[in-house]
Amino acid sequence: MKIIDATNLDYKAVNEELRKTNSDCTIEGCCGQRFIAAGMSGKNITIHGVPGNALGAYLNNANITVNSNAQDAIGDTMNEGKILIHGNIGDAAGYAMRGGKIYVQGNAGYRAGIHMKAYKEKIPVMIIGGYAGSFLGEYQAGGIIIVLGLHTNNKQIVGNFPCTGMHGGKMFLRGDCKDILFPAQVTARCATPDDLAEIRKYLSEYCTDFGYSVKKLLSAPFTVITPDSNNPYKQMYVAN
Amino acid sequence: MKKEGQIRIPSGCAIAAMISRKGKRISGESITNAMKPMHDRSNGLGGGFAGYGIYPEYKDFYAFHMFFDSRATRKECEVFLKERFEIVQSEIIPTRKIPEITDEPIIWRYFVAPLKSLLTSMQLDEKEYVVRTVMKINTEMPGAYVFSSGKNMGTFKAVGYPEDIGVFYKLDEYQGYSWTAHGRYPTNTPGWWGGAHPFTLLDSSVVHNGEISSYDANRRFMEMFGYKCTLQTDTEVITYILDYLLRRQSLTLGEASSVIAAPFWSTIASKADLEDQKKHTYLRTMFPSLLITGPFSIVFGFNGGLMALNDRLKLRSMVVGEKEDMVYIASEETAIRAMEPDAENIWAPAGGEPVIITVKDGVLV
Repeated sequence: MKIIDATNLDYKAVNEELRKTNSDCTIEGCCGQRFIAAGMSGKNITIHGVPGNALGAYLNNANITVNSNAQDAIGDTMNEGKILIHGNIGDAAGYAMRGGKIYVQGNAGYRAGIHMKAYKEKIPVMIIGGYAGSFLGEYQAGGIIIVLGLHTNNKQIVGNFPCTGMHGGKMFLRGDCKDILFPAQVTARCATPDDLAEIRKYLSEYCTDFGYSVKKLLSAPFTVITPDSNNPYKQMYVAN
Repeated sequence: MKKEGQIRIPSGCAIAAMISRKGKRISGESITNAMKPMHDRSNGLGGGFAGYGIYPEYKDFYAFHMFFDSRATRKECEVFLKERFEIVQSEIIPTRKIPEITDEPIIWRYFVAPLKSLLTSMQLDEKEYVVRTVMKINTEMPGAYVFSSGKNMGTFKAVGYPEDIGVFYKLDEYQGYSWTAHGRYPTNTPGWWGGAHPFTLLDSSVVHNGEISSYDANRRFMEMFGYKCTLQTDTEVITYILDYLLRRQSLTLGEASSVIAAPFWSTIASKADLEDQKKHTYLRTMFPSLLITGPFSIVFGFNGGLMALNDRLKLRSMVVGEKEDMVYIASEETAIRAMEPDAENIWAPAGGEPVIITVKDGVLV
């Protein structure tokens, strides 16, 4: 285990320290350094303090654990590996990710899972424990987005305009989602046992990571949202 | 030197702010440090700060902060000012000479009061009189530029990185109950001293991260009311829009936010509160040309408070945190941690959701 003291190191220096070693690393005193672990594979990284934007961008097969909040654009275009956040995350998490997992204990900002995709055996998974901001799963093309709403602070589980432009993949929201307005191009329905069987292994892993009970999690109904191929996405921004 | 296309500079502007709800005055050192972890968001072509409550000894006078290109311009401008104002103090703004900040213009400040006789004969209120004077200097007097004109507040801006600009202007020697800060990454205009943020008019100041796409529509509308956009910079028009809506139209901060970051019609239609629905419909109908589109996150400073606001699509980041009577706002949480490592209740306001913090009633600011 290598310990990196990030106080007074810029993002280049932090990443050079990470690359120098093949062993697992702990970063102490992190404060806003960007691009941490970008493109890295084959190691476990633990971060104390708040990492900067684009944490784990292009992540290729490393595991990152953050013991606080994280900022914008985590897991941008990630390919494989896992990012575990014991806090909230900022906007545009998992932008165009095509593999790997982002598990968040707290809330997500706007545009989580924007343009998430999938390819053959690569199925990215994002799980948000609290609530997600507007434009969740915008242009989603593949993969699985799950929002649990375990602590929503009286907010809706998702903000406005979820699934705008969605044309692939699946979204699961815990609850009946009666108050949520979905676009006409998607279908929202109550999740069946088959749907839930598909995500059970991810939920179990999430519960192990954060100390929740999967049974309790599954005691509430889930809503599953998929694109409606009979009524494809056409536009969002012109007629506002 | 590497040219465009050969090098990528990852950045995108940075904003930060802090305010004491009790009106406690804090040195400008903390807000300067807030800009350090966000260094990469700027590119060294501009930065600045606004401090409120910094001139208690002159709190009844308008503090004009000015740039001049030469001594002759300054003399000429002083003649002009003396015809219109009583000047109670005129001095150079103290700076530290540091290698990071170069090519400074002549930086001066005046504490002034409008001549009562002129106010009476022109039948103008004091604020309008000051606004017209500032507009006149900035558009008609080449080489002279008023970059701050409020009471008991002042802005400090330059070309450079914000953390160096704070040192340059000796902000550690000022005490204010609220501060805003900006690190610049100019997108449409070259970086120059006057073009740095904050943009101010009277005691209103705006720092802005983003690039609004409605600039020309907004500018054309504002020009009908005598506001001249001299800098081709989108932040300037935001400052004037807020002045127009708040000072001239007497809208509340919340209502002004609903004009510039109006909810989508579909969101208005789905509102359960019918009074609220009616109000939003009214505001969008009355001020369609003042809807600001494109990315922005701004902190609007004024005497006695701050307002933070994101564009309705939330295309820029912004977080808010608290600690006791202090409220912190920044583009990144790390900037808040730099100001207060133990900040609590860190949250990200939604697009179009204003965060308004005012200094407690009864506190003299």
